[in-house]
Amino acid sequence: MDSQILVVDDSAAIRKILQRVLRQTGMSIGTIHEAGDGQEALEILKARKIDLILSDINMPRMDGLQFLAAVKSSSERRHVPIIMITTEGGETKVAEAVRLGASGYVRKPFTADQIKEKLVGFLEVAPLL
Amino acid sequence: MKLQELISDSITRSATEVFSTMLDVQLRCGPISIENGAPEASDGVVSFIGLAGSWAGAGSLVCSPAMACRICAQMLLTEQTAVNDEVLDAVAELTNMIVGGVKTHLESHLGPLGLSLPTIVYGKNFRTKSVGSAEWIVAPFHWEDETLIVKMCLAPSEKPHFPSHGSSQTCAMEV
Repeated sequence: MDSQILVVDDSAAIRKILQRVLRQTGMSIGTIHEAGDGQEALEILKARKIDLILSDINMPRMDGLQFLAAVKSSSERRHVPIIMITTEGGETKVAEAVRLGASGYVRKPFTADQIKEKLVGFLEVAPLL
Repeated sequence: MKLQELISDSITRSATEVFSTMLDVQLRCGPISIENGAPEASDGVVSFIGLAGSWAGAGSLVCSPAMACRICAQMLLTEQTAVNDEVLDAVAELTNMIVGGVKTHLESHLGPLGLSLPTIVYGKNFRTKSVGSAEWIVAPFHWEDETLIVKMCLAPSEKPHFPSHGSSQTCAMEV
């Protein structure tokens, strides 16, 4: 069954790039939902069944770490893996994300291969037609 | 290594890495200079990101409207003929990645630094001025016949302060 992905980033450019990269991975991916900040992402999570989340850290309203903490404190959604994709390469933010329960971390700028590598184990490979 | 050399080296490494990875473009770096006082009036696209911590300042990217469209087109694989929201968003994100890379590199020497969200301006005949800071390190980069400039100013803080996202106001703008 195709996985439902949620991409959370305040940059529409990054959301568009991730849409393209995800479609090129060869994984079984259904709908890719988009949110511009953590608050918007939580609304989508309430309404949809999401299998994997890719989230930025620096965002307005609710940042990626606050969003991560909110998801991991929810008994209904804490199982959803969250991979952080961000310019924040400092050890403090990375350690905080790991402590809060992030399943992985990709630093911007990223290649398509780096994204694909992080998805292995979370998503199924699409069957050849 | 002096701080000025460290920042210059970080800017060069970060800008070339971001362009190479996200746009598949090899930038050529021109001679790095120091800008003192008020810069001359500019036209085009300018984006800023504030840095704060035990050192504070800002990083900036300056380019022409044509270069901004070209960056967006290459980054998103779309055609862009005029500066619109998509172009400004792409330039802002590119600035975020370049300044974020510089910040990460500098943190191992200067301690933790906070990064604000980017602010972007598109217009004609405007001046930008950094409050309380004297010197900008100015690094020009060439992509075929177009140029973009990455600038950074950084000085020790009297009171270390980390910006909350979206609220940092590092630069005053005269338009």
